[in-house]
Amino acid sequence: MKPVYTRPKSLKRTPFHYCPGCGHSVAHRLVCEVIDEMGLQERVIGIPPPGCSVFAYNYFDVDMAESAHGRGAAVATGIKRAYPESVVFTYQGDGDLAGIGTAETMHAANRGENITTIFINNAVYGMTGGQMAPTTLRGMKTTTTPYGRDHILEGHPIKMSEILSILDGVAYIERVAVNSPTNIRKAKKAIAKAFQVQLDGRGFSMVEILSPCPTNWKMTPIKSWQWIDEEMTGIFPLGVYRDVAEKISAD
Amino acid sequence: MAKILMDGNSAIGEAAIRAGCQCYFGYPITPQNELTEYMATHLSRRKGCAFVQAESEVAAINMVYGASVAGARAMTSSSSPGISLKQEGISYLAACELPAVIVNMQRGGPGLGSISAAQSDYFQATRGGGHGDYRTIVLGPSSVQELADMTMRAFDLADKYKIPVIILGDGVLGQMKEPVEFSREAPTVLLARDGSLRGAKGRSSRIIKTFTSNPSELEEINWSLFRRYTLIKKEETTCESFMIDDARLVVVAFGIAARIAKGAIKNMRSEGLKVGLFRPVTLWPFPDEPLKEMSKTIKQYLVFEMNMGQMVEDVQLALAGQGEVAFYGRPGGVIPNPSEVARVISRLYYQKGLK
Repeated sequence: MKPVYTRPKSLKRTPFHYCPGCGHSVAHRLVCEVIDEMGLQERVIGIPPPGCSVFAYNYFDVDMAESAHGRGAAVATGIKRAYPESVVFTYQGDGDLAGIGTAETMHAANRGENITTIFINNAVYGMTGGQMAPTTLRGMKTTTTPYGRDHILEGHPIKMSEILSILDGVAYIERVAVNSPTNIRKAKKAIAKAFQVQLDGRGFSMVEILSPCPTNWKMTPIKSWQWIDEEMTGIFPLGVYRDVAEKISAD
Repeated sequence: MAKILMDGNSAIGEAAIRAGCQCYFGYPITPQNELTEYMATHLSRRKGCAFVQAESEVAAINMVYGASVAGARAMTSSSSPGISLKQEGISYLAACELPAVIVNMQRGGPGLGSISAAQSDYFQATRGGGHGDYRTIVLGPSSVQELADMTMRAFDLADKYKIPVIILGDGVLGQMKEPVEFSREAPTVLLARDGSLRGAKGRSSRIIKTFTSNPSELEEINWSLFRRYTLIKKEETTCESFMIDDARLVVVAFGIAARIAKGAIKNMRSEGLKVGLFRPVTLWPFPDEPLKEMSKTIKQYLVFEMNMGQMVEDVQLALAGQGEVAFYGRPGGVIPNPSEVARVISRLYYQKGLK
């Protein structure tokens, strides 16, 4: 009998600690499938962040180095510059990438660092217990916006894919979601493309993944999938934001 | 090889390249810019090497972290306010047992302070500086030649003990020109350090991390770090003594202050005053044993620093009451000349009836 669904080789046989319905486990699996299918397990160095996915190194069976909060793009820069033959990816949440690490992310992207960023946007600080994230939607209740995010006081949800897409060092940016079988398949394609862009030496690549957080959204997993379609994609539209075809020459 | 006339900042850069530094990441700040510029000119085009002018000191130290993760000899430099920003990354480097070299060409503080030389980051450098229980090796050079030699030593120590090493210089050392000789030629091949992350080829995957949800595991990590620190203290503590054999008063100073004090002491000696100099070369580990030994015969000490009194606490701890300690400090970026220091020494000498 031919197996049609198996655990990816680069995903360790360790039960996830993530909450039921969390998008991290899906995103982890997709990255591992791509690493396997592209034959990159022996070349990849991953940078997990502080946050819910801090234990990503317990699941990914590739070399991994933890980063300080928000500094993933700088750490990845250091690794890639020291060892250009590696395939480097950061795995970052919204507080990490769009809050404390905005500067590191923007400048790594603008330098056109040949790295790939997997950006998990779930509109909330998950591990610390559901505080407002830079990507929290207007009106959305969190533990630090108990009356709903008021844009007059707390600003607007920040759109990182749109912002980064105007930088000349960026080769590829796509926003996807992991809230339906169709979207999950599209997400995997985007992740594969992002790694290919890095292999081709075309510059910075990022996949922003709208990811459910049923625990902190206080929803059932099913409802959280629907909420991504109904609320999140209105503010964070899915699609390709940048795809520069030409190869950047590395002299 | 022949001596070359070089400013201190450039000498560090040249020494670093000859020590096999593969990656340099920096951000402009006075008075250390010549080092960043030297690396931009001389390191960036070397085969297999990398130079990045980072967007911030925070980014620069995290790039150092990344390069060290990948097994490269990596370095960053800054001056006092910028070094404050690097503390987060230094704490992570220390926790992950990653070698790195960090140069601090100190300037006056606190705050934005001044761009003139000071020694007011002694506490920050010798007590860890960032969060958590850790130490870094801290070297206190006092000449351009020592900047070169200590830069090479810093890379060796960092690799040997898997620890960040800080070169605690200052604006004077960085800016002044002196003849300097380099003891090594640059290596032609740069090898990655064992245990680094280069992809899990032919071996199982590796993790470099600091976080654990198990306090007992973290306690053991802390114990392990401090066992290594004990070894470093035993093996690597260095100091310099100058004219102390018959001394009745010993000046204790480090870095450029020791250089100034030495000038003062030479003048004192010509006037018949029996004054010597004790200079800690490693600021951490601090040479407390030699001081303790000295206190058996010499009872009067004058600590001179270009700050409000920081190393003086280590001197007092080392002497443990077995000697009288006076202090003369000039903070804020003021650089006293030897005659000013000589007046202070002379006054103390006569007040204490040592003549």
